[in-house]
Amino acid sequence: MQQYYLERTLQAVITVVSVMTLAFFLLRLMPGNPADAYRAELIQNNPQLSQADIDHRVEQKLNVLPDAPLHEQYINYVAGLLQGDLGESINEGVPVSEIISEALPWTIFTMSLALLLSFAIGISFGAIMAYKEGSYFDNGLSVLSIFCNSIPNYIVGILSIWFLGYQLELFPTGGRYSTEMEPTVGLLEPIQTLAFLGDALWHASLLILSYTVVAAGGWALRMRGNSIQVLGEEYLRVARLRGLSERRIATRYVGRNAVLPLYTALLIAIGFALGGSVILEQVFTYPGVGYYMIEGLEARDYPLMMGVFLVMTVAVVLGVYIADLTYGLIDPRAQTRGGDHR
Amino acid sequence: MSERTESLRAIDDGDAFEAVADKTMSRRERYRRLFDRWVLAPGRIIRGDVRARIGASILLLYALVGLFGPRLYTEPEVNQGPRSITPLSEGLTHPLGTDNLGRDILAQIIHATPSMLQMIVAGGLFVTVLGVTVGTTAGFSGGRTDRVLSLLTDIVMTIPGLPLIVILAALLEPQDPVVTGLVLTINVWAGLAREIRSQVLSISRHSYVEASQAMGLSTPTIIVKDILPNIMPYVLITFVNAARQVIFASIGLYFLGVLPYDSVVNWGVMIDQAVSGGAMHVMSLAHWLIAPLAAITLLSFGLILFSQGTDRMFNPRVRARHSSTTDTADEPADETTTTTGGGIR
Repeated sequence: MQQYYLERTLQAVITVVSVMTLAFFLLRLMPGNPADAYRAELIQNNPQLSQADIDHRVEQKLNVLPDAPLHEQYINYVAGLLQGDLGESINEGVPVSEIISEALPWTIFTMSLALLLSFAIGISFGAIMAYKEGSYFDNGLSVLSIFCNSIPNYIVGILSIWFLGYQLELFPTGGRYSTEMEPTVGLLEPIQTLAFLGDALWHASLLILSYTVVAAGGWALRMRGNSIQVLGEEYLRVARLRGLSERRIATRYVGRNAVLPLYTALLIAIGFALGGSVILEQVFTYPGVGYYMIEGLEARDYPLMMGVFLVMTVAVVLGVYIADLTYGLIDPRAQTRGGDHR
Repeated sequence: MSERTESLRAIDDGDAFEAVADKTMSRRERYRRLFDRWVLAPGRIIRGDVRARIGASILLLYALVGLFGPRLYTEPEVNQGPRSITPLSEGLTHPLGTDNLGRDILAQIIHATPSMLQMIVAGGLFVTVLGVTVGTTAGFSGGRTDRVLSLLTDIVMTIPGLPLIVILAALLEPQDPVVTGLVLTINVWAGLAREIRSQVLSISRHSYVEASQAMGLSTPTIIVKDILPNIMPYVLITFVNAARQVIFASIGLYFLGVLPYDSVVNWGVMIDQAVSGGAMHVMSLAHWLIAPLAAITLLSFGLILFSQGTDRMFNPRVRARHSSTTDTADEPADETTTTTGGGIR
């Protein structure tokens, strides 16, 4: 067991380091090598600057020492990343970590709500579908789930903006909160805080809706499959023979055993929800981390783009790592197998 | 299947010693068996299953449109018709109407299909070949090779696909549909490789694989004869997943303008132009937005139905269950075809 934890930790570290390595080389390969381009720009605009000054500035922006040998550049880059230094945004002129830490709460806010909502809806409907297996209710909802799951979520987003945003004007079509709203979060001003949170939720609702509609279909199908499998188990017959109430069987026996395998999938989905925000936030012009990734790409602001990529990857690595370490605690069956639950 | 039952019959008849090896089959016989196994049997299963039938018809429709559509239907050109007319308003000259530059919408849909199919096939083949190769190699060789390949697989599985694809698209600026297909599926092979590795590990403990090894058959022969038929369902499901990722990601990235284009090469380009052309504000332009959305959804829906239906094609256990029950509706939904985010992993 101990060795398993050790191996998983080592693997998480190796993953993070190799992604950083990948980022380093991708950054060098970017069209028009950003370091050279930025350096040329500096020399052109500030002819009085000394060579060392220019190198220093380039290093500050991109985390790359332009003249140093490759391995030195690499070590410098990774060491910077490990200290939380993601470089400086070329266009905004502020550290990338600042932009990301300002945008990240908004992405976490929307994505965690969407994820939890879709999970709750999905497993409830999935369980009912499994209980009514073969009925019209089950067949209809199965087809609906497959259909929902086969539409890209940003297409649901476009449709919802179109109808609920522009045509019916029920929801705002972009932004984090209304311009006249003062962002206040504090215990001392409960009314303003509530009003602000409500406004933020109102702005995020279409984004959350588009993610939820699609993802709930997927969760429902998985939950349905798991529950049907559990419903066929013999220990349910024993439980019924023991005279346990149907309610207790449904929650403690069927529900629990069917949901547990989805726990890992849920934690992994957090990471992928972050990744999926790249397109979804652009559709809703919602300035979260995914939005800034595309902004960085369009403005050739590579430090910003790469910073978002690295933060997202670390989030996924953490999610998977936590899922692997804690699964044994939640599902006792996995413990005996050394956590090899996949 | 048929080969095995035939050799069994030979043993039953008491002349097991006269049972001959496959090698002595006449060429015609062998082709007929291949045809039975790979064309006739799958065809029968598709015909017998509602989902597979609908899915296959949808896919066939897209394939036909992709192959022959561009030759039969006029190319989209600026001012080929009146601007912004609604569907069917001018009879059948512009059945789906035109956009704000007078380009025929149906022509845009049709002429974007071949590159989409090329991307799907390229991505699907890339994922399948790489996943099967890495998975079987890791599963069979064990030891250090296995550890290194498994670590690599785990790393690739953890990297969020869409951001990586965005960066690669910016780096490579792919124009060719085949290259685009490879870029868009860069991370999908890992899931297949892991699945196949664990399958190989469990299958290679089966007695028939040990028997083949004892007979001195080469590893590639064992992989093709004994292992591959068992992992075909995973390959098919991964192919469908890769196809869906190609569709989702390509439409999304063309819509965002991350992938470069100079003409309407993709439905995502159509959505982008429709949104910036004001189709969301003006109801009379709605068809411009709905047409590409419908094309995407139908193709994706067809792929899922097809993969769920054909799961039976390769899975002898499912096939047995299928033949014993007449009601196909109570088939448990296939877990692996659903994605957790409804999008790109």
